[in-house]
Amino acid sequence: MTDRLLEIRNLEIDGESDEVWHEIIKGLDLDLDRGEVLGLIGESGAGKSTLGLAAMNFVRPGCRIRGGTICFDGQELTEQSETTLRKLRGVRIAYVAQSAAASFNPAHQLIDQFSEIPVVHKVKNRQDAEADAKDLYRRVLLPDPNGIGYRYPHQVSGGQLQRAMTAMALSCRPDLIIFDEPTTALDVTTQIEVLATIRDIVREFNTAAIYISHDLAVVAQMADRIMVLRYGELVEESTTRQMMSDPKMDYTKSLWAVRSFKKEAETAATEINPVVKVDNVTAGYGKEDILKNVTFEIHRGQTVAIVGESGSGKSTAARVITGLLPPRLGEVQFNGETLPKSFKSRNKDQLRHVQMIYQMADTALNPRQRIRNIIGRPLSFYLNLRGKQKEERIRELLSLIELEPDLYIDRYPDELSGGQKQRVSIARALAAEPEFIICDEVTSALDQLVAEGILRLLDRLQREFNLAYMFITHDLATVKAIADNVVVMLQGEIVEQGPKTDVFSPPHHEYTELLLSSVPEMDPDWLNELIAHREKHGVMRSTSTS
Amino acid sequence: MVLQRFGLGLLTLFVVSIIIFVGVEFLPGDIAEALLGQGASPENVAALRHELGLDRPAHIRYIDWWAGVMQGDLGTSLANRRDIAELITFRLSNTLFLALTAAAISVPLALILGVLAALYRNGIYDRSVNVVTLGAVSAPEFLTAYVLILYFSVKLGWFPSLSNIDANTPFIEKLHQATLPAVTLMAVILAYMMRMVRASIINLLASAYIEMAHLKGMPKLRVIVKHALPNAWAPIANIIAISLAYLVVGVVVVEVVFIYPGLGQLMVDSVSNRDIPVVQACAMIFAGTYILLNLTADIVSICTNPRLLHPK
Repeated sequence: MTDRLLEIRNLEIDGESDEVWHEIIKGLDLDLDRGEVLGLIGESGAGKSTLGLAAMNFVRPGCRIRGGTICFDGQELTEQSETTLRKLRGVRIAYVAQSAAASFNPAHQLIDQFSEIPVVHKVKNRQDAEADAKDLYRRVLLPDPNGIGYRYPHQVSGGQLQRAMTAMALSCRPDLIIFDEPTTALDVTTQIEVLATIRDIVREFNTAAIYISHDLAVVAQMADRIMVLRYGELVEESTTRQMMSDPKMDYTKSLWAVRSFKKEAETAATEINPVVKVDNVTAGYGKEDILKNVTFEIHRGQTVAIVGESGSGKSTAARVITGLLPPRLGEVQFNGETLPKSFKSRNKDQLRHVQMIYQMADTALNPRQRIRNIIGRPLSFYLNLRGKQKEERIRELLSLIELEPDLYIDRYPDELSGGQKQRVSIARALAAEPEFIICDEVTSALDQLVAEGILRLLDRLQREFNLAYMFITHDLATVKAIADNVVVMLQGEIVEQGPKTDVFSPPHHEYTELLLSSVPEMDPDWLNELIAHREKHGVMRSTSTS
Repeated sequence: MVLQRFGLGLLTLFVVSIIIFVGVEFLPGDIAEALLGQGASPENVAALRHELGLDRPAHIRYIDWWAGVMQGDLGTSLANRRDIAELITFRLSNTLFLALTAAAISVPLALILGVLAALYRNGIYDRSVNVVTLGAVSAPEFLTAYVLILYFSVKLGWFPSLSNIDANTPFIEKLHQATLPAVTLMAVILAYMMRMVRASIINLLASAYIEMAHLKGMPKLRVIVKHALPNAWAPIANIIAISLAYLVVGVVVVEVVFIYPGLGQLMVDSVSNRDIPVVQACAMIFAGTYILLNLTADIVSICTNPRLLHPK
């Protein structure tokens, strides 16, 4: 007889959009024992977060529970009053949110936000709560555990906030913690430390947990058992090891296979002269230098990937090349000719040849313009195409990005999926007929299957038009898939650069090694082994927790 | 940052003084004609103009006026030769008294109503408060004023319809006299403030830290007062400042209806007399109030922003 903590039966949740109710969760069952860690995995829109919150009988505004039962420790939550539920939340069931930076109240000190749970729920008095907070801060390995609680959220780094939030969840020693993508917003090197902390702390307190993530490799480290969700339905459920070694359903297998895309062959530079040369550039905002003496080249038909953690200067490099941020020192050359520092003094042709695709297609496309205008604008601006010629070219571009012209040409961005929007962004960049495109984290907001489609498209277009790409990303899997050359950046400086095979095979620079080894692998023992290895060898800690 | 805004405030004040001066210059007729009436001979009017210094070019008079202000001398009224500073002090204290009375009731009331409306949003309470306050703000002030007079002074006889205040009126009596004008003013500003408080809080309720507070099992009222309100101070301070400025500046109509001896009435009288120095002085006080209150709102927004208050 197991010790059942949570039992959800036939749960149905509806969500409202444009005054129409549609199903988000379609009759799901979920069981969780005391001390067990359950992984929920799926793409965006699969209903993972909705299901996780439902374990507290909480639904976001615009959603409603239509049917089913949620039984927590013998208590049927759907029949309880709001007051009873409130007394359960934070005390017996706690929640750790995806973005700790947004989930901590900017107006209060961390320790205030910690203490208010036990104090409001009358579990502890203020003094004991603060003492406990400091103890827990120590256990989640926060620096300066006695003082850090008195800081405000903006004074603490993202990784530290996520630890502080885990500590906060433990304030009343709950039976169940729901972790909703707790490391998704973090850099890989920070993620690994937070993962290890969460896992240790969950084991130490024997807390049951629901761990939600879209990243299979991460869930594999954390969970005893995994449920794969899609469109609000269960696809497959089994123990982690079984799921990893022997997935049954096609969809699960496809998730496993997502990282299989690989560029056919690496392109060696065919010409001696690079398309773009960033020559000894120093740039920054205010008095601070974000880029320090950075030099690299990009050749025709090649993809150069710029890798590094947030704050390493990747995007600043892009802003210098496009002329949005004039460099303090150094210059940017295009086909051997020096580009004016600011985009304002560049001519139309110079502007045309450097195009950019952004991370968030949602904000990069004007929601009030039809696809026809979005793609048509660079055609008339750069190439002076008008009327029928322009119309034909728009249709041609839509076919190139694999969207049926008749179906899509008159739509607004809102009427497209995330992947389709990113395709339109690509078409807009292509419309200018550039030689060089900067791709700034173009796949990081997309689900893995969709992201792969985008990468394949970019690869095909590169071969067809002999384009040069600069790929800014923190995702090393993407780099492995598409890069020819790799530039590794750390705090504004290039620590290592060269052909992908050289950079990614030993001997590595110390930092490259840290980055590479921090990428979660599809092996449930990976985290254990890595932590053991690092402790033995004393590998440098993450740079961003300072 | 504060210094820069202060400087901008002074600049605005200067620009306002020019606009007022030029504006009054453009009005047909001048004080000499107004004082002497229609039957006055051109010679008499010219003589009076000369006596009052009105025959000098406008820019000279403007510069003269500034020189006086810089030395703390607001000049003398052209209509009755009284010292303007003296004339204004009594009126200003009356207006401020009226404004403060209205503010002391309406600001806390707006905060409470707004917070409650946010708490029970889209409920029957929220809707009725919205309808009532919006109704009050939609009615023109003079209408509200006359309706109040009709019921509370003519029919019920609780309050006087005219505010008969002089320098020796005792406080309680003053309060009694000022009640109806204050209520009229409240009707105008309450809706703005309350709706702004409600909107600022509801805007914040969608943020992740508010959801977190709910998931921590915090009571609803605590979520709003402790978690939402501290982050809503900046917009709320702004709307309060504008409303308070309106209380001081926008009293003109209300003062005229109730014949309340405040600054607004003085200004209206002086405009019709073409008594430029008095108009100018009143305008400067109004503009200064506006600028000062907005400056205060800016400072409040800065001081309640934890990022600026507790730098890294």
